[in-house]
Amino acid sequence: MAEHITLILNGHSLTVPAGVTVAVAILMRGETHFRTSVSGQPRGPLCGMGICYECRVNIDGQAHARSCQIIALDGMEIHT
Amino acid sequence: MIVVAGAGPAGIAAALRVHECGAPVTVIDDNPAPGGQIWRGMENKWVARLRASGVPVLTGTRIISGEPQARTLLLETPAGSPRTITYTKLIIATGSRELFLPFPGWTLPGVFGAGGLQALAKAGLPVAGKKIVVGGSGPLLLAVAAYLRERGAEVKLIAEQTSQTRLAWFAGVVLRSPQKLWQGGGLAWTLAGVPYITDCRIVSATGAGRLESVTLQRGDHTWNEDCDYAAIGFGLVPNHELALLLGASPDILIAATGEVELSIVEGEIAGFLAAGHPQRAASLFPKRAKARRFASALQHAFALRDELRALPHPDTIVCRCEDVTLERLRAFPDARAAKLHTRCGMGPCQGRVCGPATEFLFGWSAGSLRPPCFPTRLRNLLPATTE
Repeated sequence: MAEHITLILNGHSLTVPAGVTVAVAILMRGETHFRTSVSGQPRGPLCGMGICYECRVNIDGQAHARSCQIIALDGMEIHT
Repeated sequence: MIVVAGAGPAGIAAALRVHECGAPVTVIDDNPAPGGQIWRGMENKWVARLRASGVPVLTGTRIISGEPQARTLLLETPAGSPRTITYTKLIIATGSRELFLPFPGWTLPGVFGAGGLQALAKAGLPVAGKKIVVGGSGPLLLAVAAYLRERGAEVKLIAEQTSQTRLAWFAGVVLRSPQKLWQGGGLAWTLAGVPYITDCRIVSATGAGRLESVTLQRGDHTWNEDCDYAAIGFGLVPNHELALLLGASPDILIAATGEVELSIVEGEIAGFLAAGHPQRAASLFPKRAKARRFASALQHAFALRDELRALPHPDTIVCRCEDVTLERLRAFPDARAAKLHTRCGMGPCQGRVCGPATEFLFGWSAGSLRPPCFPTRLRNLLPATTE
């Protein structure tokens, strides 16, 4: 396995260590606004274990993916 | 085929005991790798034994629904597709999640669960140099603070809501257990110099779009702490959704979980029972009784105080999925009425966060549960293909 992988976050490429979750990759970039709540508030991960659904992002065109439970892969395209 | 739901301490112990009795067993888990939350991203003897055993573990797989009469479960694979699995016995070892209690600002990005931030750190999040306030209740706060500090975080303080008196009583319990004393001693060493403040709670979090500071209160004293992250948890609540969904059945065993030693022995007992070895299960009852005594001591020591019910303001969001505030919920007598009128508990988390919070705040009980127990695509609920 490569030591680093590169993914695309909101159109910008981002290189992170292989094996981290998508949530970690996003936070490593300094981004904490993962989704916008129904009343328009910024939200980011809370539980870190796939329960709360606050870390939902779009991964490779798939909406509502829980970024804390998915390992980041090379070439993944992520939209917060 | 015996199926184990959950690959945390209880699920791993259950699967290994079944395997050792010679019965076929499969483990299903939602996380990317076995270990549950406490052993997330860690190699320890249980995880290593599971790996060495050759027991199949379906990781990244969620249980969406089930038919207890047909003894089948509907799963969603990591690719998002449906799959069914049939069991002779099902062991539910779905573990616990953290209890989150609402307070002003708790929805700001940067406010994590205590175990939540630790889980992210275990998944690779660098915390070196980050200013972190840890708060809530229970021994997990100490473990989390120590973990973060070992990785270079500046843990500013630990705000524990319980009283000095209860904590002193608990220290007495720990002193009588050499193993716990050893663990506690290690934590104390790692945390030397970090203030551990009892009778203290985080009353609000503020920041422009993300956490910048928290306000703490102890007695009449109120003060602010600047921080990058806050890690706040109030203990554990069981993930009982699957058990509620499937209901009681002679083919289903539930491994109660909580503190790790209790989870392991509960898993072992469930594994022996499922594999048809009740005597071997019974031989573990004294070990379980001891673990239960420690669990109830924990419960007493870190019982949540009434003051925590006063933390949320009228405009504080309680249901984070649907942005339902405290004042809107107050108009209703129970969870069902509130759900029908406000959508509280109807979002993607299906009440996993707000359910235990409204139980604490108002004494509401969530009641029944209908499938699916996790959000899934409609096509996955159509008649599924059995492999």
